[in-house]
Amino acid sequence: MNVRSQIAMVFHLDKCIGCHTCSIACKNVWTDRKGTEYMWWNNVETKPGTGFPTQWENQDKYNGGWVTFQEKLELRSTSKTKTVFNIFHNPHQPSMDDYYEPWTYDYQHLFNAPEGNDQPTAIPLSLVTGKPMETIEAGPNWDDDLGGSPVYAANDPNLKNLPEDQRDQLFAIERLVYFYFPRICNHCLNPSCVAACPSGALYKRGEDGIVLVDQQRCRAWRACVAACPYKKVFYNWFTGKSEKCILCFPRLETGQAPACFHSCVGRIRYLGVLLYDAERIEEVAKRPDIELIDAHRAMILDPHDPEVIAAARTNGISDGVIESAQKSPVYQFVKVWKLALPPHIEYRTLPMLFYVPPLSPVMARRDGDTVDHVSDNLFHDIDESRVPMQFLANLFGAGHEGKVRYALAKQKAVRLYRRAVTVGDITMAMAERALREADCTVDEAEEIYRLTSLCTFDDRFVIPPAQREQAIEMMKDPHEHRQGAGFGFLTGPRRGL
Amino acid sequence: MDSWAHYLDQVLFAVLPYVAVFTLILVTIQRYRAQRFSYSSLSSQFLENRQHFWGLVPFHYGILTIIAGHVVAFLIPREILAWNSHPLRLYILELSALVFALMTLIGLLAGMVRRWTNPKIRIVTSASDWIIYLLLFVQIVSGIYVAVFYPWGSSWFSTSAAPYLWSLVKLNPDVSFVASMPHMVKLHIINAFLLIGFFPFTRLVHILVIPNPYLWRKPQVVRWYGKPKETAGGGA
Ligand code: HEM
Ligand code: SF4
Ligand code: SF4
Repeated sequence: MNVRSQIAMVFHLDKCIGCHTCSIACKNVWTDRKGTEYMWWNNVETKPGTGFPTQWENQDKYNGGWVTFQEKLELRSTSKTKTVFNIFHNPHQPSMDDYYEPWTYDYQHLFNAPEGNDQPTAIPLSLVTGKPMETIEAGPNWDDDLGGSPVYAANDPNLKNLPEDQRDQLFAIERLVYFYFPRICNHCLNPSCVAACPSGALYKRGEDGIVLVDQQRCRAWRACVAACPYKKVFYNWFTGKSEKCILCFPRLETGQAPACFHSCVGRIRYLGVLLYDAERIEEVAKRPDIELIDAHRAMILDPHDPEVIAAARTNGISDGVIESAQKSPVYQFVKVWKLALPPHIEYRTLPMLFYVPPLSPVMARRDGDTVDHVSDNLFHDIDESRVPMQFLANLFGAGHEGKVRYALAKQKAVRLYRRAVTVGDITMAMAERALREADCTVDEAEEIYRLTSLCTFDDRFVIPPAQREQAIEMMKDPHEHRQGAGFGFLTGPRRGL
Repeated sequence: MDSWAHYLDQVLFAVLPYVAVFTLILVTIQRYRAQRFSYSSLSSQFLENRQHFWGLVPFHYGILTIIAGHVVAFLIPREILAWNSHPLRLYILELSALVFALMTLIGLLAGMVRRWTNPKIRIVTSASDWIIYLLLFVQIVSGIYVAVFYPWGSSWFSTSAAPYLWSLVKLNPDVSFVASMPHMVKLHIINAFLLIGFFPFTRLVHILVIPNPYLWRKPQVVRWYGKPKETAGGGA
């Protein structure tokens, strides 16, 4: 057993209201510089939809992630040999057209325009060239709330194996249904971005598992951009370096939640430590699709198990971190309750961001009524849901419905139970039957209810203490960092000649 | 030979090489120490993906082969002469060298057109890019001219250019090897040293940081504060 600690995350999709506050918080802190305008380390997509960059889930197009080939795990986009031949021109690199050309408006014109018969307008100006843009063809959330759904939502890669009638049902007027899908880097256990980097500039931090790009070492071979199946490494066209979500590590190290977590209006985000067995990464990533979720869960270790604690201590994991792992809300959602599922685990990067699949769009009934409780099959609405199960399974179950259905049924059972307690139009007997059928107990239902609905800031974010001596080590020579652009820099991040 | 031309030859073929090489060494080291961030291939593929292929790929495959050819001829001149003793083999060698040179030229021209015409690419084109493009253009065109009009360079390189270069290496420059050469050959040599001298001030430094360790490292990279840096990670 090789125990490592990882700062992991859960997003509860039922609670996301699609306000994009998270995206703006991130943008204002990290990506408002030249060359990063088009980047959204955090973005919120409408599902069904094609997302950002367009159709990122279509790996036939982007070739991200890993595949198993003859018992071996291989990157889909590159290999050692291919890197040598493709280094001058990467055949799988997305270009700005796959994202969008960032722009601003000529606001000054509103003030300076000469007097005339018409109201002056502010024309869009490209943030790349500074020139006026004829048409704006795309933006970061272009298909928000199903905008342009015949073009966008209908081309969601997750609809690929849905029968015709289920597809039609998704888009029938007055029966439309969608949910939001906020995304950041998953800080994977088997990151394909790291494995693809020819320079070894990308790395995973041993202490907390955050995946970073060493800006001093990145040489713009840009293999990471193509290799990440979630398209969460971005190329800064101005500095000639790749950049990605840093999970706000300067905030985490000082005990604060990352900006997107902190600002989340729906309070959908949870963060905490998971202990896992690093020895099993390769073995787990090679499993067949249907076993991936279980194997991924199995490599997450029980932080209360004395053996695990002993092994963690041998690996230098401090008691503070172990204690934090024991209180981790992520551990509860992922391992104990099995409510949270990894996105597209079939890409085999072993993501460390998990999603509680959304129940509301599932339960919303066709005729617009509220929930129908009275039926012999308590979970009939899950099976007949308006968001087809296969669609959710393609997103969160590697194409298999079982784990998704389990998570939805348990959520519904908790709702029925709470309804029996607070409203009383359902008998407790029925609620208990629902809990039993959903593999839940009354105690567990109470806990789920509390951590979902009544959670405070401190319940949601259990941030491990940064190790004091490590923090000091980083500061060894404060003068070295004077006038720098952050740690590790002696000069500002100036573009090369 | 009048003394003025002799003096000029001395400056261009005995002094310039050392100035260029020392500039290269000192400036690359200083730049790496003080401005490591600026070491990058500064890829522009993200802004333009199609013309990029037709420019960058033939250019790099071409120039790397040609440079490799020069290095081989410099290191083992006698073996090259032996190979060329058979006319058919000489023709094969010369013709393939010419093909790669033309490939380089086409790639370079495609790259220049791309940099000039695409508005997004123009934004990320600096003055040093144009200097390097100009020097490379002169280098390749003069090289092709020499190859076509003073044939069998692969043979005479070994008898005159290689000894001259070796005399430079031995810190005892012997200009007589090059003094009598045609002007185009001289231009090719002088321009090469200009390229070397300008090298550290341009994006060409990307050649010095080509990522060879990738070929033997483990896929995953993990860095620790405490433990030795960059222990390759467990698992994959
Ligand atoms: C093995 C060695 C080399 C590697 C791995 C390499 C790699 C690269 C890469 C990745 C780029 C950026 C391409 C992009 O825009 O995406 C580039 C650009 C460039 N390279 Fe190289 N290169 C090598 C050798 C050379 C040599 C020997 C020369 C010339 C003497 C050269 C001259 C250039 C020039 C002029 C550009 C800029 C082209 C442009 O964007 O317009 N490279 N190289
Ligand atoms: S989501 Fe992408 S960028 Fe983030 S760690 Fe995984 S592979 Fe790397
Ligand atoms: S801030 Fe929270 S609720 Fe709003 S879009 Fe982001 S994740 Fe959803």
